[in-house]
Amino acid sequence: MMNKNEKLDILEILKDLDKYEPRRRGWTWREPIKDLDMAGNVYSDASKPLKNSIPLPAAKYFENIDPQPIQVITSEIASGRFEDDIRRMRMAAWHGADHLMVIRTAGQSHFDGLIEGTPQGVGGVPITRKQVRAQRKALDIIEDEVGRPINFHSYVSGVAGPDIAVMFAEEGVNGAHQDPQYNILYRNINMVRSFVDAAESKKIMAWANILQIDGAHNANATAMVAWKVMPELMVQHAINSLFSEKVGIRKDNIALSTVPPTAAPAPDLKINLPYAKALRDFFSDYKMRAQMNTKYMESSTREATVTHVLNMMISKLTSADIQSTITPDEGRNVPWHMYNVEACDTAKQALIGMDGLLEMVELKEKGYLPEKVRELKERAILFFEELLESGGYFQAVEDGFFIDSGIYPERNYDGISRKINGGIGANTVYERDEDYFAPVIAHYGYNNLKQYGMNVGDCPSSLIGGSTFEDRSKIQYIDELDEEDNVNVRLESTKKYLNSNIIKPEVEWAGDGMLVVDVTLPTSVRYAEAAALVIAKKMNLIDAEVIHKEILQNAEATRIQIKGRLDIEIKLDSLVLAKEPDLLSDSEIREYISEHPITIIAGTVGQDEHSVGLREIIDIKHGGIEKYGINCIYLGTSVPITKLVDAAIEANADAILMSTIISHDDVHYKNMKKTHEYAIEKGVRDKLIIIAGGTQVTPEIAEKNGVDGGFGRGTKGHHVASFLVKKKVEMNEN
Amino acid sequence: MNNRKVREDDYLKRREHLASLSDEQLKQRFWELAEIAVNPLVDLAYKNTSPAIERSVLLRMGFSSLEAKNLVDKVINHGLISKGAGHVVYRLSKIENTEVRKAGLDLINDKGWDKVLKSFEVSNDEQK
Repeated sequence: MMNKNEKLDILEILKDLDKYEPRRRGWTWREPIKDLDMAGNVYSDASKPLKNSIPLPAAKYFENIDPQPIQVITSEIASGRFEDDIRRMRMAAWHGADHLMVIRTAGQSHFDGLIEGTPQGVGGVPITRKQVRAQRKALDIIEDEVGRPINFHSYVSGVAGPDIAVMFAEEGVNGAHQDPQYNILYRNINMVRSFVDAAESKKIMAWANILQIDGAHNANATAMVAWKVMPELMVQHAINSLFSEKVGIRKDNIALSTVPPTAAPAPDLKINLPYAKALRDFFSDYKMRAQMNTKYMESSTREATVTHVLNMMISKLTSADIQSTITPDEGRNVPWHMYNVEACDTAKQALIGMDGLLEMVELKEKGYLPEKVRELKERAILFFEELLESGGYFQAVEDGFFIDSGIYPERNYDGISRKINGGIGANTVYERDEDYFAPVIAHYGYNNLKQYGMNVGDCPSSLIGGSTFEDRSKIQYIDELDEEDNVNVRLESTKKYLNSNIIKPEVEWAGDGMLVVDVTLPTSVRYAEAAALVIAKKMNLIDAEVIHKEILQNAEATRIQIKGRLDIEIKLDSLVLAKEPDLLSDSEIREYISEHPITIIAGTVGQDEHSVGLREIIDIKHGGIEKYGINCIYLGTSVPITKLVDAAIEANADAILMSTIISHDDVHYKNMKKTHEYAIEKGVRDKLIIIAGGTQVTPEIAEKNGVDGGFGRGTKGHHVASFLVKKKVEMNEN
Repeated sequence: MNNRKVREDDYLKRREHLASLSDEQLKQRFWELAEIAVNPLVDLAYKNTSPAIERSVLLRMGFSSLEAKNLVDKVINHGLISKGAGHVVYRLSKIENTEVRKAGLDLINDKGWDKVLKSFEVSNDEQK
């Protein structure tokens, strides 16, 4: 198993890929655990915890538990270089993703055959056998490390759907998008060809137990008025789901890609919830993959995150088997490492936070919600009726029924229209002759087995001694076709950053040098934008560009985020690391205190009502200093400095623990200085230890302001108790 | 883009025949309509094939993606795709009593086509 402090060895993963064999086929769901108890928290809808993971930041207050929701969580990772994406997959898995989806490079849909080798992608990754093997191999290592199976996913679409389906079945890909309507509407691939190909692709996917996700959510992202496509979305889902079932995919391997079609400032739930409910009523036999709204994503990562949390409330109020995450930076760049991780954390935090929601609230059965649900269902039925009247699915597409911006039966006649005999791959479908034959398993449609003495139900591939599905030694593995555009050449240029002593800032590719500067400027947006670029230049950022701007007030201030590359390399062995605290052990502290009792006075000083941090340091329940037998007198919040010192004198205390959370105008450091000076004034400073703590406290600066010790973010009771004892020993020695 | 005038939302009028249906009946009707829409598509797929389908058959028979593409192009040019590209390769392997893979590589090297054409009784006129 991997050591968590070691990087994945990309070169090792790329070795011997011609011999790699996937360890399993098919999709894996999470393992639900009823009434999971973690550190006294009992969960209704949680799944088996991980062996290794990175919990939410606040977990440190909860014994570092990392409860996992019941839903499979998706992370889409495709920066164009699969070798760098592998490392990001590890990051996402540690944050709770178990469905890793690779977006295809632009144009792969129109590539007539399999792409081979490892060319660099644009807006995605070229999906090839070598890339799939390398990533699946890496995921084997990662899933062992986190202790949960990871589903690997990409797309079976375009004019080479069946080719890709075969490769996915052979290489142990676990999930795939497959929906001929996607080809037709968004890729202008001929509709007849798309459906004929789709049947074969689906039959192959069924054999390999690959979970299928449809493509209906794209209608929402494409439509001019996104929420108005709700009736037609249900029709699209039905066509793909039923078609899939009829060609052989099991219902529980058919998932709808559902998306809440609108977002605030629209009344999000009033529109999205009835739609979600209508869909789940009609499609109760299928799985739900809850996609998130991307239609209204702008460059604000905060806004996108809130939209996605609202989307997850709908998942919790209805149902979701798979919860997608959309990286909140998707509105401004091809997603970066940290935003995949943020999105996974957002999903985990929201779903776990809403644990057990339906045990407490229920959807109303009278009034607005059921009325809207009914209306949407009826509109979808009316859509189907007219689709059939027009002459069926193909004619309806030609007539521009789909992606119309009217809410059906309203029609604005601005839908996407495709010709039955038009598009890429038109006239490439051939009727099978009476003696048509294919000697392979998982082949859909007419197959004349009789001519070779076989009966219906016999396996055609037995005639050739088994196909690659039965005998994988028959697979022809191609390594690279392009001498220039491949992973080896790319790694040659970035190898000095691989497992080395040299680091550079990075957001997607090794050595990319990219970073973001967040700057608020007290001026209007146009000046702020220009000023930010000047600042970036002075900071030596290369190719700087503004990726986000927010008006705080038209004249007063603008917030700008700039990205740019910084050509600075850091050698790890040249760095001077901050000292790790030198702590006494629990037993050393207890032993000292049993012989030399310590009393402390504690409080949050100034006009400050924060109490959590200090209570964590004190309370025995949270592993605070009380557990060592230290006598703690807690004065509460907003305690005047004078009161703190006076109380210490009265109780003959050994130390003051002052908590200072508010840091505006450096008030926290000013209060430290005042405490120090007041203690001098009262003549007790030399026998009183003064300790200051808070999230914005830097120990060195605190000490300069007269206190004996400063404690910042991440401090535990153990740190404070150890400091107190050491300081007492030192004072007694003098 | 179509120049037809916008059709107003006449939902309330159109829905009259659905008003009396229960929720369960509504669901049933939805899936009945889906069935009618999908059946011809399933039938279409059952009876037809395509270059991608035939390539996928050849991949499963142990040919590389490059070989499969090449073979399918040649099968189409010889007017044999409606027999199945895998079938063409299989047929030659039967005639020659060789391994399937060898038969396919021969066809890629333009060997054996005459025998296959004759065996399928496809005349040279029918070739493209």
